[in-house]
Amino acid sequence: MTTTPTSGTSSLKTYREAINDALRQEMRRDPTVIILGEEVSGGAGCAGQDDAYGGVFGVTKGLMPEFGRERVIDTPISESAIIGAAAGAANNGLRPVAELMFFDFIGVCFDQIFNQAAKFRYMFGGKARTPMVIRGTVGAGWRAGAQHSNMLHPVVTHIPGLKVVMPSNAYDAKGLLIQAIRDDDPVLFLEHKIMYDLKCEVPDEPYTIPFGEAAFPRQGTDVTIVAISNMVTRAIEAADLLAKEGISCDVIDPRTVSPLDEESILESVEVTGRLVIVDEAHERCSLAADISSIVAEKGFSSLRAPIRKVTAPHAPVPFSPVLEDAYVPSVDRIVNAVRDVLGA
Amino acid sequence: MPYQPEFLLRVYRTMKTIRIFEERCIKEFEGGNIPGFVHASNGQEAIAVAACIDLTYKDIIGSTHRGHGHCIAKGCDVIGMMKEIMGKATGLCKGKGGSMHIADFDKGMIGANAIVGGGPPLCNGAALGAKTRGTKDIAMSFSGDGSANQGTVLEALNFAAVLKLPHVFIFENNGYGEGTSANYALGCDSLAERNGAFGMPSEYVDGTDFFATYEACQRAIQRARQGEGPSSIEAETVRFDGHFIGDPQLYRGKNEIADAKVNRDCLTLFRNRVLAESWLQAPDMDAIDEEVELLIASAVQEGLNAPDPDPAIDLMADVYCSY
Ligand SMILES: Cc1ncc(C[n+]2csc(CCOP(=O)(O)OP(=O)(O)O)c2C)c(N)n1
Ligand SMILES: [Mg+2]
Repeated sequence: MTTTPTSGTSSLKTYREAINDALRQEMRRDPTVIILGEEVSGGAGCAGQDDAYGGVFGVTKGLMPEFGRERVIDTPISESAIIGAAAGAANNGLRPVAELMFFDFIGVCFDQIFNQAAKFRYMFGGKARTPMVIRGTVGAGWRAGAQHSNMLHPVVTHIPGLKVVMPSNAYDAKGLLIQAIRDDDPVLFLEHKIMYDLKCEVPDEPYTIPFGEAAFPRQGTDVTIVAISNMVTRAIEAADLLAKEGISCDVIDPRTVSPLDEESILESVEVTGRLVIVDEAHERCSLAADISSIVAEKGFSSLRAPIRKVTAPHAPVPFSPVLEDAYVPSVDRIVNAVRDVLGA
Repeated sequence: MPYQPEFLLRVYRTMKTIRIFEERCIKEFEGGNIPGFVHASNGQEAIAVAACIDLTYKDIIGSTHRGHGHCIAKGCDVIGMMKEIMGKATGLCKGKGGSMHIADFDKGMIGANAIVGGGPPLCNGAALGAKTRGTKDIAMSFSGDGSANQGTVLEALNFAAVLKLPHVFIFENNGYGEGTSANYALGCDSLAERNGAFGMPSEYVDGTDFFATYEACQRAIQRARQGEGPSSIEAETVRFDGHFIGDPQLYRGKNEIADAKVNRDCLTLFRNRVLAESWLQAPDMDAIDEEVELLIASAVQEGLNAPDPDPAIDLMADVYCSY
């Protein structure tokens, strides 16, 4: 159950502010929570202003002035060392939140994630605890080119021992990040960089959202749309357009892709008999393929049409704005896929 | 005269081309004509030119996210570059790369790199290619002071030393990795010394001094060509603009950039030196200034006029496997 405070104030907060809120409140509550990464404060050793960046997207701004450089640690550009230090510290009494400025940089530190941190609890016979969070930005849309725009959640979702969280709005971001920090296992917290300025009503008090519980931003009976991360916004837009034509979509946002709320997806498909999955990652060996296979296996008798996946093409993210816009799944493509499964 | 006038004019023209190219990139970015992340190298021109001016197209360079200067110094076409940076179909990489991924294999430029530390291991491979095939070609990688701390770079240094590869490692120390000072992020007092500990000749130079940098590069390049293995050069320099264009640069000292523009501008220092030594005449350099302005203005115009890629064709062109 979500532990939303029943009383207390709330305010419109951006996705960025909601994440900052979660970090600040957890750091106040628990002195073992630390942050480490590149430019998480910024200005280290410089003549000018301290806390010059607060993360290149401004997410950790203000935390170093409150908690000091001992707890908000600007690191050298050494991702393996950052992630290894976070994992080792997690085994040794801290709850580190490591930041990969762009999650694309798992390329240079993947061993520390998948072959080290992910395996400790199991491989050491249940004796190790690795309460760490890796925050990283994902996704296209910033014209940042092929090496800074990847959606690599399928890669990490494949690994046993990693929890993978992909909040699609500010409210979820705060509750899920607090949950992630309190979790005793490695959690990858993937922030879509397109969403940082999106606002919604967010409680001011701390609250948690459990992993493996989907959200239902639109309810409907004709077609199930499962959408991930930034694609939730587009799926909602598509659902609202289709609603005007009398097509009723059940939009499911899994919120965490590992663990995955299979049950909610299967229950929805039982009603609708039709499934469209929207994900900005490529299709092969992806989350979309995974959800599709789960439903084909466990919900086959409910299906009244072939499952449709709306994903990025099997190509790196191109730089040119016209190509990048064609690359990212559009509202149009979602609408067409829904029509398609309805035979409309 | 230790340097031929033609050589010095070529050096000046190349440095000036980089300077004006970067200044126009900043302007065009601010005007909304360039999308994405752009890292300008104005202030650092002397190093790119000193390192690349005597290389052939068979010599390979690998660059960084701050790569425009290296591209220009290695002979990449500035019009093709500008089109690429603007994301146009006729850009050097057909608009698919952008500023952080410009490459021109015909010119021996195997890519800017948006991954810090991505280049040096690749340049080891280029050097291994030259060594194994028995050519006298060399490879040269560019890294920053921040990049110097990336594991891939440290591995590449040792690997090059062990295999005695013809690889010149250039480290441009502009004092910052994003908004973090080099002094903070380097655990040692001297990067040059640390690199030397990998088992290769390693020098420190003032990277705002074209001549000092050129001479250090010559020594390293000669060693590489003669089969004597890798070298490292740390060249200290100044970044005139932000980490990226649009960076508010709150972390920089009050008059730091203004002072550097007066006292440590490598172009001014070059000009003063060649005039003081009577190696070149001012009018010859002024003429170059004008030509370069025109060239870059036409590059911008051609960039703006160039067609966008066509998603129906270009989005899925050059993928290895199609689904
Ligand atoms: C693996 C990786 N980590 C971090 C970054 C983000 N980043 C891009 S440039 C940069 C600073 C690089 O500093 P330096 O090597 O000194 O080069 P400079 O920007 O000064 O030219 C950082 C941290 C990246 N692109 N790749
Ligand atoms: Mg630097």
